Amino acid sequence: MHEVIIAGIGQTEVGEHWDISLRELAFYALEAARNDAGGLRPQALYVGNMLSAALSHQSHLATLLADFAGLQGIEAITVEAAGASGGAALRQGYLAVASGAVDVALVLGVEKMSEQTVFNVEAAAATGLDVDYEAEHGLTLTAQAALLMQRYLHEFSPTAGAFAGFPVTAHANGAGNKYAMFQKAIKPETYLRAGFVSEPLNMFDVAPNADGAAALVLTRPDLLPADFGHVPVRIIGSAVATDTLALHDRPDPLVFHAARLSIERACAQAGIKPEDVNLFELYDAFSVYAALTLEAAGLAGRGEGWKWAENGALSLQGKLPISTMGGLKARGNPGGATGVYQALEATQQLRGQAGPNQIPEASLALVQCLGGPASTAVSHVLTNRPAA
Amino acid sequence: MDIPRHWRLKKQRYALVGEVCGHCEAKVFPPRDICPECGEEAKTLYQFSGKGEVYSYTTVYEAPAGFEESAPYTIAMVKLAEGPLVTAQLTDLETREVKVGMPVEMVTRKLRNATDERGMLVYGYKFRPVVG
Ligand SMILES: [Zn+2]
Repeated sequence: MHEVIIAGIGQTEVGEHWDISLRELAFYALEAARNDAGGLRPQALYVGNMLSAALSHQSHLATLLADFAGLQGIEAITVEAAGASGGAALRQGYLAVASGAVDVALVLGVEKMSEQTVFNVEAAAATGLDVDYEAEHGLTLTAQAALLMQRYLHEFSPTAGAFAGFPVTAHANGAGNKYAMFQKAIKPETYLRAGFVSEPLNMFDVAPNADGAAALVLTRPDLLPADFGHVPVRIIGSAVATDTLALHDRPDPLVFHAARLSIERACAQAGIKPEDVNLFELYDAFSVYAALTLEAAGLAGRGEGWKWAENGALSLQGKLPISTMGGLKARGNPGGATGVYQALEATQQLRGQAGPNQIPEASLALVQCLGGPASTAVSHVLTNRPAA
Repeated sequence: MDIPRHWRLKKQRYALVGEVCGHCEAKVFPPRDICPECGEEAKTLYQFSGKGEVYSYTTVYEAPAGFEESAPYTIAMVKLAEGPLVTAQLTDLETREVKVGMPVEMVTRKLRNATDERGMLVYGYKFRPVVG
């Protein structure tokens, strides 16, 4: 296996881009990443996307986007794994370069949510559940997260507002990211006063769906341009794991088993433990996911993940910074692009390009995205430390 | 739309027919052919009693396309008496407050409306409180 470097990064602002099409959105991110990488010629494009067929009536997406970017002729494939699509595309790009089969790979995550009403987006996203036994009964991803949170409260009885720290941290960090959908900090009192989306889930427990595109250029160290101007960030761990698709098929729905497996595998490959990292870009699509992810990572005992959200432990100055550029909650959740945004933001931290959100001397990052309630989990470990 | 798919599911939707594992006796719903308990083949049909209790629940106010007429509705994970969890709506609640552990039983109701002019109504299981 070859060393794999993230040589280029590019992103669009996350939000509602009424005036920008799916292909244009993708193109902006691809161009930005290629410029950042200093002229490497890509041989392959791996696109993470979850809903273009349903929301834009466009499938065969990777070929369209390679075509629109003037890259006709290259290998191009779309990767779909619901909310984990972006991470799954990164995994494919990593494997292609690590194997030596591809010298330079583009990894793109793109999602265009604003083409449809929120009701159609909820229905489309619910096709990532078990359609026959979950979605056809009226279950949505949001309602499913509410079921998890309700059961969590029932079994573990955390304090009132136990989950407030997750969105409070995310919004504080979003304030320092000019690409974030929300750039304003919120107070814990704001969380406690917020209206319910689906009890006990309130509006601050749910990350907003949004449009966005993010891209990475991957290559081997020996192919970097002589004048490469960035700190080289290496991918030293990469893993995908799956669980039952339907939440009700699990012996204990409050255990994110695939999240645990993918972290264990990625960390084992990297030769690290989760507690060694300087930042953890976790999948905070819902506050309860964040708590269950910390438990899955072995950073908290069963039913105790919410305790991390107290006393600023997850803030940029805390013991384990999460969602350092706003996470899904404040940066926004552009579906299949989310996993690529997360890796891009971890790269910013490891290059020293995170601006006001920079974690001093960050050298090791864990990045994880989830498809549904960790039905798929994709984890990567990134570092700026030189290869031994 | 999707008529064969809904037709294939009629035993599950109308009668809660799952499977029983011939090796370890585990009851399986929804049917999945490989026993989740022992990993052996499970293909013998098994009729569930329809009795269970609420494992978790919530209310959907902003319904996805096809469910607008039902909104707001209560959706739950129900722990069936035979073991498995199943996702379903609760119905006939009237003014009753739902609680984790509340005993419920299966009934057949309309699940959702047609989403276009060629669409079909879908019927299937929901759960109601056990009275008395
Ligand atoms: Zn068995």
